[in-house]
Amino acid sequence: MDQLVKRPEIGAMLGALLVFVFFSVVTEQFLSVGGAATWLDDASMLGIMAVAVALLMIGGEFDLSAGVMTASTALVTALLATQLGLNVWLALLVSLAFALAVGALNGWLVMRTGLPSFIVTLGSFLALQGLNLGITRLVTGSVQVSGMRSAAGYESAGFLFASTFQVGGTSFYVSIIWWVLFTVIASTVLMRTRFGNWIFAIGGAAQSSRAVGVPVVRSKILLFMTTAFAAWLVGSINILRYASVQANQGIGLEFQYIIAAVIGGCLLTGGFGSAVGAAIGALIFGMARQGIVYAGWNSDWFQLFLGVMLLAAVLVNNMLRRRAERVRR
Amino acid sequence: MKSRLVIRAGVALAGVALLAACSGPTGTNSQQTNNNSSSQASGDLKVSVITHGTAGDAFWSVVKVGAEDAGKQLGVGVTYNSDGDPGAQAKLIDNAVSQKVGGIVVSMANPDALKTSIENAVKAGIPVITINSGSAKSAEFGAMAHVGQEESIAGEEAGKKLKAAGKTKLLCVIHEAGNSGLNQRCDGARSGFGGAVENLQVDISNPTDIEARIKAKLQSDAAVDGVLALNPQVAVNAASAIKGASSKAQVATFDLNADVVNSIKSGEVLFAVDQQQYQQGYLPVVMLKLFKDNANTLGGGKPVLTGPGFVDKSNVDKVAEYAKNGKR
Repeated sequence: MDQLVKRPEIGAMLGALLVFVFFSVVTEQFLSVGGAATWLDDASMLGIMAVAVALLMIGGEFDLSAGVMTASTALVTALLATQLGLNVWLALLVSLAFALAVGALNGWLVMRTGLPSFIVTLGSFLALQGLNLGITRLVTGSVQVSGMRSAAGYESAGFLFASTFQVGGTSFYVSIIWWVLFTVIASTVLMRTRFGNWIFAIGGAAQSSRAVGVPVVRSKILLFMTTAFAAWLVGSINILRYASVQANQGIGLEFQYIIAAVIGGCLLTGGFGSAVGAAIGALIFGMARQGIVYAGWNSDWFQLFLGVMLLAAVLVNNMLRRRAERVRR
Repeated sequence: MKSRLVIRAGVALAGVALLAACSGPTGTNSQQTNNNSSSQASGDLKVSVITHGTAGDAFWSVVKVGAEDAGKQLGVGVTYNSDGDPGAQAKLIDNAVSQKVGGIVVSMANPDALKTSIENAVKAGIPVITINSGSAKSAEFGAMAHVGQEESIAGEEAGKKLKAAGKTKLLCVIHEAGNSGLNQRCDGARSGFGGAVENLQVDISNPTDIEARIKAKLQSDAAVDGVLALNPQVAVNAASAIKGASSKAQVATFDLNADVVNSIKSGEVLFAVDQQQYQQGYLPVVMLKLFKDNANTLGGGKPVLTGPGFVDKSNVDKVAEYAKNGKR
């Protein structure tokens, strides 16, 4: 029991179980295969980002530009494919390069200026939002880019990012597999590699880890690039699934990523947390969001319920962590 | 370097102070044309269009294009500003009054918050035309005319059309919490449809959430056979939700984009309610120009309606051409 309590994701697991049981009892559809496909899909898109954001938070930094980045990458891909007639695969590669460059810039600025990442990425959040809107309008005369379906390479790229697979006669989106895959990779890196150790070290105490030879600057820049990569993945899934993207997409989602990571046991101050926890945090989010719809509750109260639930989850987490810290001593 | 920065900041501050002095409640002399360096009018009429649309909204983009097109064609200087916050929108109106523009076009999503500002504009002798929403208060505030679509009428017509298509239970998807126009559309649909209509709240910035939530609703209530989206992006998400839930429901939507046009062609979307908002940008500029040159007015005190028009299989090809250019 004491060993279990030390794990950062244990609070989130209990919360997830609670939400799962609650909506399974209250509603009919929630526990069905079709129901699972729905809330898993919602959780997967949030979860891919939450896992990357969790790694960054364990490393002691924030990325407020993460939400808008999902729109930026989708816009770059869509503009290149529909306006310049690029093959979708090539467009995806260019937008990946763009995303990694923005991530590296974020990281470099944070390390170079010594400003809090909260401020730096708030700046890139606003800048990207402006670019998304300005460039989209300049090029298309509208604030949406659509028409991806007729671009070359759409179908094969769509197969990788936006196809569905059948389980028991129900279609599941492939984004769920991406989510699981990304979580497994992130968790392995975090728990089993030297780089993972570095992340914990620089998030807990950047100065002393620098002193023992951890490449702090390079590691943090890599973490920002990981977030940007996840944003590219989500943006690509979105654009290939819906074939159109609106310039104001993604705004406000950055907070959901952070919330999911926090529910999953990440500390806002860095140095503690887990990738699996963040994925479970996203799962709670998805289950609650869709569970409310299945329950047929008046959607006006939706945000209130979410807020209360999140607060409860974090409080439970906090309690468990305090206990864990007592156990450690 | 630093001292230069201080000087620059000082100059900026002085400029702000000067501007503040100008915007005091004095502007009765509206005849005077001002020729200061901040004006960028191409003709001698300057029109300020001030809406409540948020930046990045496809709908308002078309309104802006309409106003700018009219400005170019008539040689009227058109500036477009928008702010979703009613207080900030009121300040934009005050700002236009202090610049002594020749006409103000304003959308009134929240009429009461704009009352004082609009009345001050009218007092200053600036003709005001309201657009899009707020027709009930337009004349009361002293506006010259209102150009728009009655949201409840549009909703009602959409409801009637869905009923005629044989639908029995409707889902009305609201994508912006707290937007009164969207609620009016759903209420209108309710009265036009006659049958059961349920509202569903989604978040426009998260397409996965929109799709999942509509899908969840369809799964939990098999009786729903019609989805009314109030935004073209939501319509596309709804269509894929219907596929995912293997539901028999059909989508109808407000407003157009290229994807909706294609979905209408393929029969995935039944019809789109088109309020032809290009006209809501274009017509007020024409009306202000006519008023200035010829003292003409339009509408006879009643709102000038730009919709609802409907786009369905019968006329979609023609409309598609214009939607591509961001004018429909």
